[in-house]
Amino acid sequence: MAKVHVSTSVNGEPTEFLCDPHETLLDVLRNELNMTGTKEGCGSGDCGACSVMVNDRLVCSCLVLGAEAQGKEIGTVEGIGSNDSLHIIQEKFLEHAALQCGICTPGLIVSTKALLEENPTPTEEEARYYLAGNLCRCTGYDKIIRAVMDAAESMRRGA
Amino acid sequence: MSEAKEYKYVGTRRVRPDGYDKVTGRANYGADLALPGMIWGKILRSPHAHAKINGIDIGKAESHPGVSAVVTFQDFPEKSQRNPSAQNILANTKALYHGHAIAAVAAKTEQIAEEALGLIEVDYEVLPPVMDLDTAMAEGATLINENLKTAGLPEPATESSNIAARQELKIGDIDAGFAEADVIVEREYSTPTVHQGYIEPHACTVRYDENGQSMVWCCTQGHFDVRASTANLLGMELGKLKVVASEIGGGFGGKTIVYLEPVALMLSKKSGNPVKIVMGRDEVFKASGPGAATKSWIKIGAKNDGTFTAMQAKLVFEAGAFPGSPVGPGTMTVFAPYDVKNAKVEGYDVLVNKPKVAAYRAPGAPQAEFASEMLINELADKLGMDMIDIRLKNAAREGTQALYGPKFNEIGLVECLEQCKASDHYQSAVGEGNGRGVAAGFWFNIGGVSSAVIHMNPDGTATLLEGSPDIGGSRASMQSMAAEELGIAPERIKPIVADTEMVAHNDTTGGSRTTFATGMAVIEAAQDVVRQFKERAASTWNVTPDQVDWSDGVARNTAGDGEMTCAEICASAGRTGGQITGRGNINARGAGPSFSVHIADVAVDTDTGKVDVVRYTASQDAGRAIHPSYVEGQIQGGSVQGIGWALNEEYIYNDDGLLENPGFLDYRIPLASDLPMIDPIIVEVPNPFHPYGVRGVGEANIIPPLATVATAVGNAIDRPMPDLPCSPPRVLKAIQEG
Repeated sequence: MAKVHVSTSVNGEPTEFLCDPHETLLDVLRNELNMTGTKEGCGSGDCGACSVMVNDRLVCSCLVLGAEAQGKEIGTVEGIGSNDSLHIIQEKFLEHAALQCGICTPGLIVSTKALLEENPTPTEEEARYYLAGNLCRCTGYDKIIRAVMDAAESMRRGA
Repeated sequence: MSEAKEYKYVGTRRVRPDGYDKVTGRANYGADLALPGMIWGKILRSPHAHAKINGIDIGKAESHPGVSAVVTFQDFPEKSQRNPSAQNILANTKALYHGHAIAAVAAKTEQIAEEALGLIEVDYEVLPPVMDLDTAMAEGATLINENLKTAGLPEPATESSNIAARQELKIGDIDAGFAEADVIVEREYSTPTVHQGYIEPHACTVRYDENGQSMVWCCTQGHFDVRASTANLLGMELGKLKVVASEIGGGFGGKTIVYLEPVALMLSKKSGNPVKIVMGRDEVFKASGPGAATKSWIKIGAKNDGTFTAMQAKLVFEAGAFPGSPVGPGTMTVFAPYDVKNAKVEGYDVLVNKPKVAAYRAPGAPQAEFASEMLINELADKLGMDMIDIRLKNAAREGTQALYGPKFNEIGLVECLEQCKASDHYQSAVGEGNGRGVAAGFWFNIGGVSSAVIHMNPDGTATLLEGSPDIGGSRASMQSMAAEELGIAPERIKPIVADTEMVAHNDTTGGSRTTFATGMAVIEAAQDVVRQFKERAASTWNVTPDQVDWSDGVARNTAGDGEMTCAEICASAGRTGGQITGRGNINARGAGPSFSVHIADVAVDTDTGKVDVVRYTASQDAGRAIHPSYVEGQIQGGSVQGIGWALNEEYIYNDDGLLENPGFLDYRIPLASDLPMIDPIIVEVPNPFHPYGVRGVGEANIIPPLATVATAVGNAIDRPMPDLPCSPPRVLKAIQEG
């Protein structure tokens, strides 16, 4: 089957790629664009390790086709923070030791950013429910939630 | 005994050295490597739980356009085919569980490889599946391995059986112990098949090189063991195979054996291309892990004051399709937290048509200690005693003879119990309608072989090579310990998990050994560097090394004038005898056991049977917490894995022996929204055999939650809950049946 030509934007950069019609956005990011920051934990939308933004909407990139990126704006973990300065969420994850193995971390960083853009003042319960789609097997979530709440407070103070 | 001394870096909460890469997505895990010319491998898996394989026809798959290689069991060298692990990696004459690997294909794309799997023709003769312990152990049961005879019986077995082994431990006189008792309680318990549930699926990228150096990149807890197993199965010399441990996305014991690596290397050998294989989540559930399902019977006799007089257990563990469940550690740990003069434990290792069980965090102990801790709570209830007091009455202490052999050295069980008892949680009343549970856990911890090298760079920074894959932040601990010894800032030390060519053999990351044993290797390497610093400074000042004092990263001449910083010594090292490298190759003895005591409060929805953990406190003896945040992280993470085991997690097989829930939607691990904060209590009773007093902290914490939570559920609904998980249907049934 012929490949699909897709023009899109990834982390603000105009990007073009060819993909198979059945290929997921996750596979395109990882295998075509060599952006391996987005992780695959399940391939069925259950774990959130592949969380990305498509036009400001948080999605599991394993459930989106690469072809659907046409004309959209894609945001991945590689677009958060810069070489010389981390995003406050990333800093708080490090400060609170909110990661152990780190495989869920890129997805959680993307989801946390989406949460705090949508709701800058989440309660602990709101944060726990918003992030319920991001599985972590190492931490028991305690330090993640503390990092998220602290990041929210710091972002509010900084604003 | 380690003295309580002040440390500069040990015990501080520093940002981990590998953290930046992990929050930015730059860290490279098992599936993240691509090589030029790389092709994709896929595994064909058995659709049956138990079947004879009469033939495999790979002809059509081999000739499918885009396919470069197909391999089956017959591609293993003849000598390797007798190795039982080969038959788990690729089935030989029988498929032994749903998902058992049958053949593998490598092709230009993942999709072509997937298509080619469908072209492999396997002639199966389906056999009755043996899916539970009762069926497996019944008279005249279908045999999974016709040649297997029970090991460890008083008389050698003559008939084949699904029971692979029996073992027994005893101390004192069990009959006399029960005769002495005022009260005797007994009950049967069961736990289901569970999975370690790491978020990163198994993955590897390999390149076979006939003439030179073959390479395996994979996510593993032990790349030296991957090298040994893979080289052995392919008939290679160790020196011809380099294994690189990628960042690892969780393991919990499940990434201690090989599944994909030998297959990928055979595909690479046959095709001439680098090969990448990544398991899908369903394959992870069907064919890796799991943790053993068990049935246990426990009997305890006690005096009216709560003193245990006799403890007896029969533990039956599912091994999966090959012998080797962790029933051994189960029998050794089941009563280990207690000082009891009369005890007897029998253990059985039994085959069923499920994947071969793998280690899972304190392997064998959660299942065994679940049963004993449940019954201790029932006994406390019967005697009208507090759950912590009955444990304090019988707790193992320094000098206690353990059933499994040794006398305990300094241990921290009493301290864990006392700190839990004094906690705000335990001192607070249980909420209306809620239930509370308490349980303890014991795990040995291990030491073993570790190797570390520290290269000092000309600018005074250090490159620290160690060989223990870092699952939970161990590089941060290594950095702190090296900094403490060298007297230089941790940020000037770069810890690296080195590949198999860069340091000597290291045992696998497991048994809570890394911070303890690899830490000791790092300390030794750093001390070796300091010794050389003193020699270089001494030669510069024309004094003897013992006249040089080393502290805070500076050499001082005690016999005259002179100071040299670490950076100055390193800058001039080329002129004073060459560059400086420190080495620590050790076999660490004296791993201190760790105890853990937990408290849970739960609320039960009596309409649905759903259980919510509303408050949770977990104490554990860390000996000395090198990095308190990551010690807390181990305690919290182990607690939550145990909560999942207690409340929801289980493999569900249908009548044909097919796994019905191989995904995170139906095999439900705890979510952020399921949980409260987990309050950790770090107890520090130093391990006398470690320079800083370290005990391993990775495992003991997963043991108590099972009985802690099930007891709490039982207390909330006033029913015993001897079978895990306490899932909504089971809790509802318990409520309704009264």
